[in-house]
Amino acid sequence: MACIEARGLRKSFGTTVALDGINLRVEDGRILGIIGPNGAGKTTALNAILGLTPYQGELRVLGRNPWTERDQLMRDVCFIADVAVLPRWIRVSQAIDYVAGVHPRFDRAKAEAFLARTTIRRDSKVKHLSKGMVAQLHLALVMAIDAKLLVLDEPTLGLDLLYRKQFYDSLLNDYFDRNRTIVVTTHQVEELQHVLTDLMFIDRGRIVLDCSMEEIEARYVELEVHPGQVAAARALKPLNERQVLGRSILLFDGVDRQQLATLGDVHTPSIADLFVAVVGNQATDAKGAAV
Amino acid sequence: MNTPSNAINSSSPGSRGTAPAVFSVARPFYWSVRRELWENRLVYLAPLAAAGIFLFGFVINMISLRYRMHGVWPVDAAPQRHGLNLPYELSAALIMGIALVVGIFYSLDALYGERRDRSILFWKSMPVSDRTTVLSKLAIPLVVIPVLSFAIAMVTQFIMLLLASTVLLGSGANIAALWTQQPFFRFSLDLFYHMLTVHGLWYAPLYGWLLLVSAAAPRAPFVWAALPPFVIWGVEKMAFNTTHFLSLLMVRLTGPSDPEMPRNADFMSTLIPHHFFDQPGLWAGLAVAAVFLVVAIRLRRYRGPI
Repeated sequence: MACIEARGLRKSFGTTVALDGINLRVEDGRILGIIGPNGAGKTTALNAILGLTPYQGELRVLGRNPWTERDQLMRDVCFIADVAVLPRWIRVSQAIDYVAGVHPRFDRAKAEAFLARTTIRRDSKVKHLSKGMVAQLHLALVMAIDAKLLVLDEPTLGLDLLYRKQFYDSLLNDYFDRNRTIVVTTHQVEELQHVLTDLMFIDRGRIVLDCSMEEIEARYVELEVHPGQVAAARALKPLNERQVLGRSILLFDGVDRQQLATLGDVHTPSIADLFVAVVGNQATDAKGAAV
Repeated sequence: MNTPSNAINSSSPGSRGTAPAVFSVARPFYWSVRRELWENRLVYLAPLAAAGIFLFGFVINMISLRYRMHGVWPVDAAPQRHGLNLPYELSAALIMGIALVVGIFYSLDALYGERRDRSILFWKSMPVSDRTTVLSKLAIPLVVIPVLSFAIAMVTQFIMLLLASTVLLGSGANIAALWTQQPFFRFSLDLFYHMLTVHGLWYAPLYGWLLLVSAAAPRAPFVWAALPPFVIWGVEKMAFNTTHFLSLLMVRLTGPSDPEMPRNADFMSTLIPHHFFDQPGLWAGLAVAAVFLVVAIRLRRYRGPI
């Protein structure tokens, strides 16, 4: 049984289609990054997975129907939503007490140990903590829960670089093991490049790319073309072409790396460049189709 | 994960190792109620403040009384006994009145505030069902506030007696009579009965309605709570020229027809107020409250941050 299985997952708000019948399968022990432009349907997909919104189609998370079994599902699933959602009035000690009280899989000692490495005081109220500290507190609470699936929706939004790095470091070093699954959406893709095992691009309610990071390395090649070879490179039908400091950089899907190496310098594209190439092309195609 | 799912396994949720099987239902409920008290400290601070202010006024009154009476204390004069009881009943009425107001404002904000400050996303990330959440929020105005207010009212009255005794000490007044004639025990039973029935059961549909509005309102829950009764009253008045709904509402707000026990009722009839439970209005009200609650629980499931 996969951790998350969806077939024909659909959700619309009035006439706006947020999820247009997506199929997806996330195996245990993966770290999946869902990347997409604003309004692409990322948060809607996560809300459906978390049982926060009703949907059409089939969806199973850890074998359960998230909409009808949210409270049982939440014993095995944790999530941190897009911005700090910890109540502002709660004290740090109260937050720990509460989670310890309602969550059967919460390990208080773990949360305390994580908090001890920060400057967060137990008697502080959340409203008096900085944004970065609130994120640390939330992470401390979540990491102390022995969950099977962790869902992060823009967990580092509004945090500075140091906190962001620390956030993912903690997640990878102290939390992640092969038995857990993490699904994360973010716009700050650079920091995720070396964290993810799988990558998914969503655009306008549809999945436009869905593959593992190994496949991405095998399939996609970025070519920094030698001047004079540009025409030859273009003949190989790149996905995308951009100019950096007067040099052409072309991105290819499924073109032989050796062949490309004769035309210039080849390397694996960054997620950001791949995203612009794949999703940007989709947008252009859609405009072309509309005309 | 490179292949889109081609088969959804129909495995049952129980087939894998889940959380410890016995995790009491009461535990999430208990912690949900506690978290409500952390957030809404007014629930106990307001009646406490009311008691404090009342006691302050009472002391001043007692001292001035002592000088006015020149040592002749009215405890011994039978006709004035009722006047002596008055401050005790007044203190209870004040505290219970404050409790009602606090309960109303608490209920209006209970399911609205968590959506407004987005913390609903945090609460929903915990394994606590919407039913447990809504019921824990109902328990505050229905059980916690009345019981707390009752306790505070009782302690206040006890302190009033102590204060009266202290102030009157050495004034020649009969302090023993103050304690023996004061129907302290009988009065506390009355109050307990009032708290349990009127605040707990009679007002249940009121709190149910407020929680429902609190879960539904896109903004300004107070307006949404007050508007429908006005509309119904207006439509009824225009269409039929009757005011049945209004009088129904007034009965609900002012309490059951005879909430006070007769003063000389025997002990058992005070404990078991049979005619209160005979009123069809009580049971109809409880049924309406149940419907409101079911809708509120359902709404909370669909609701996200606003």
